[in-house]
Amino acid sequence: MFGSLDWSTLQQLWWFIVSLVGSLFVFLTFVQGGQTLLLTITGDEDEKTLIVNSLGRKWELTFTSLVVFGGALFASFPLFYASSFGGAYWVWIAILFAFIIQAVSYEYRRKPNNFLGQKTYEAFMFINGSVGVLLIGVAIGTFFTGSNFTLNDYNLVQWTHPLRGLEAAFSLFNLSFGLFLVFLARTLGALYLANNLEHENLVAKLKASSFNNLLCALPFLLYVLISFVLMDGYAVNPADGTVVMEANKYLNNLLQMPLNLFLLLVGLVLVVLGVMLNRFTASVRGIWPAGLGTVLTCLAIFFLAGYNNTAFYPSKVDLNSSLTIYNASSSHYTLTMMSYVALTVPFVLAYVSWVWRQMDSKKLTIEELAADKKSY
Amino acid sequence: MIEQIDLSMVGWARATFALTALYHWIFVPLTLGLSVLCAFFESIYIRTGNEQWKSLTKFWMTLFGINFAIGVATGIILEFEFGTHWSNYSWIVGDIFGTPLAIEAILAFVLETTFFAVMFFGWNRVSKKTHLFSTWMVALGSNLSALWILVANAWMQHPVGMKFNPDTARFEMQDFWELISSPVAISHFVHITSSGFLLASLFVVGISSWYLLKKRHIQFAKRSIAVACTFGLLSSLFVAFTGDEHGYVTARTQPMKLAAMEALYEGKTPTGLIAIGLINPNKKPGDDQDAFSFKVEIPGMLSVLAKRDFDGFVPGINDLVYGNAEQGLMSTEEKIRRGKLAVASLGDYKKAKKNGEHLVANNALSVFDQHRDYLGYGYLNSPEEVVPPVALTFYAFRIMVGLGTFFILLFLVYGYLMEKKQLENKPMILRLGVLSLFLGYIAQQTGWIVTEVGRQPWAIQDMLPVTVARSNLDSGTVAVTFFLFLALFTVLLIAELKIMTKQISIGPEGE
Repeated sequence: MFGSLDWSTLQQLWWFIVSLVGSLFVFLTFVQGGQTLLLTITGDEDEKTLIVNSLGRKWELTFTSLVVFGGALFASFPLFYASSFGGAYWVWIAILFAFIIQAVSYEYRRKPNNFLGQKTYEAFMFINGSVGVLLIGVAIGTFFTGSNFTLNDYNLVQWTHPLRGLEAAFSLFNLSFGLFLVFLARTLGALYLANNLEHENLVAKLKASSFNNLLCALPFLLYVLISFVLMDGYAVNPADGTVVMEANKYLNNLLQMPLNLFLLLVGLVLVVLGVMLNRFTASVRGIWPAGLGTVLTCLAIFFLAGYNNTAFYPSKVDLNSSLTIYNASSSHYTLTMMSYVALTVPFVLAYVSWVWRQMDSKKLTIEELAADKKSY
Repeated sequence: MIEQIDLSMVGWARATFALTALYHWIFVPLTLGLSVLCAFFESIYIRTGNEQWKSLTKFWMTLFGINFAIGVATGIILEFEFGTHWSNYSWIVGDIFGTPLAIEAILAFVLETTFFAVMFFGWNRVSKKTHLFSTWMVALGSNLSALWILVANAWMQHPVGMKFNPDTARFEMQDFWELISSPVAISHFVHITSSGFLLASLFVVGISSWYLLKKRHIQFAKRSIAVACTFGLLSSLFVAFTGDEHGYVTARTQPMKLAAMEALYEGKTPTGLIAIGLINPNKKPGDDQDAFSFKVEIPGMLSVLAKRDFDGFVPGINDLVYGNAEQGLMSTEEKIRRGKLAVASLGDYKKAKKNGEHLVANNALSVFDQHRDYLGYGYLNSPEEVVPPVALTFYAFRIMVGLGTFFILLFLVYGYLMEKKQLENKPMILRLGVLSLFLGYIAQQTGWIVTEVGRQPWAIQDMLPVTVARSNLDSGTVAVTFFLFLALFTVLLIAELKIMTKQISIGPEGE
């Protein structure tokens, strides 16, 4: 079935799949956002416990989606994996640390004799939710602003900046993208928690918090959107694969791929709608439109970076070292095999949804946590 | 392909990877086995309806959860490290290697973590049967996860189903089924997962023995031992059987590793097995010194194990390094000569293609095609480089096998004493049971040392040496990361052990 598709179709299909997993990951960073809310909106220990336990049941979902995102990128675009991970070394090591410390925090936070103390594990959660998400945003930002690397004739990467990737954090665009993701994650975190918890006072605070965090995200989002309209981009010549700078490349991409523009706009509207629903009505179900909106918005951003003859991981120092979905991908055979594997993804999503429908059929309460010795 | 090789950088990158992998492997085998044991315990609870079995299940699940969290944390590091520390590798073999990693994430890890949440928090949220199903799914997911990771690792030990593409300068997959059905992958998987079952059985037996020694939770401990001891005995027998098979496969696919495991320098017919030996530290390949200062040898045994034939020839290190015409073994020097031709002709091909010189490119390509099988050897400088650290591999192997044999006896003794209802009256045996928990971890770690140290200098056996597989980083950068990881791992390990021992001392009644 997939074997008869030509290579470029498979490459586009895989950019779609990777984008989808990446977008789902961004949606699931509501866990990270929720972790940072711990510092700002909890009143007492009960409220904190409720938040931690609600997030603690989902953190692995986010973590898993990050692992799947990494695995899928490795299998489908190994040149990106090699160039970015091995090149922008310190950014990825920092992101890695931010996620390692999260993985133990829920389980160890309130266990007796936990060596580091409850506050340290909560600090780990905060670092994960703030620095971790910020740096992921910075890394995605380089899809548009470019990085400092060259590839030799054997496609082996040489990084040309001594900060090994951390230099990306000095770009206003990358930083804005990162901060937008941080506040988006907080918005989503507040929306998710409002829907998952039963606690009148806390839910009211969460409903207000999602709105406030969206307001904080707005300036950064606007900066990113305006930059998309104005900035030059890395265009690929489809005939020979060479890369040149093109004025207003990303604006052109939006105009030349109207469906993508539609995705972006619908996505953003849905996020706003979700927040408004929670803020101005009695409903607590804003997470659903906002979550869908997040996925659509991120999909549009990934498509903007990779489709329409665009270099998705451009090199600032040597344009022709830039990675495109065509020169960075796996072979036709591997993409074909992986496409068969991807057929299982709907099934996987179905059982994950089924499990969580069962698990979330009742809202989480203080009483339940008090009775459960396994609570975090 | 590679201009300047910073050997100390490669050393740090290897040290970092070894540190992460060995640390990760403290937690993984317990996850593999304890998930299955928890599923057994819960199945008994569902069948009998006895709440004590539920309490027992929940106690072991608590320990499972503490262990699982840190296993997850370290697993993601390994995935990232292929990119950060071995970026050339990620490109050169990513077309093949990435696939099992991605499948592991999509098909196994998601299964494991999704049902993990139900297993832990679903006791009052889903039906009993759904809960039991979830526990089994966690066991299935974690072992499936191991399957795909071990398929990937086995491919590094015995690369099959791929071809080098000179245009992209990488190996590309040709046959995925060959990867999965590789004899190394199969023997790797069955040996290693069953060793995880063995470790988890030792874990349950060890902690339960401690309770019996302390005269606490006696009924609980006996029940746990009854299940774990049966599972452990079957697992340890299976580990021995699959270990033998794994050795036989290694003899065919990685003869140098086998020679290092046995510190065998000169191949003979028949070849004896060194049961116990003290290696002469001054021994070098090609010299005429004795390999051992002391040894106890079983005549012909290695021939039987490695070749299934008493008269089978098992090549030694010298045969593999310097060649053995009689046995049809090419010298490493000749392989390096051919490899250098492959490297040079690949360079010529790339250059000519860039300059549009098609005839020159075609000529270079035909030279490359003649020598492509030796490409990896082209990056070595001396034949002796293909010899892995012999003493470490030799001793690690003996510790692993010795302990594996001891565990079979231990479970037999435990089974006998349980049957005779004498176990709680045998404090020496119970102490041995507690000690064996730690020995189990040593056996696990030494197993991986044999597997990974024994294949040096290769990242991919015979195809890609570690000196080429590395990232283009300076050694200072990698050294800093090594110490950051070391500090973090140490802190997390202390936290894990303190929490774990506290939960054990609280015991099941604390549930």
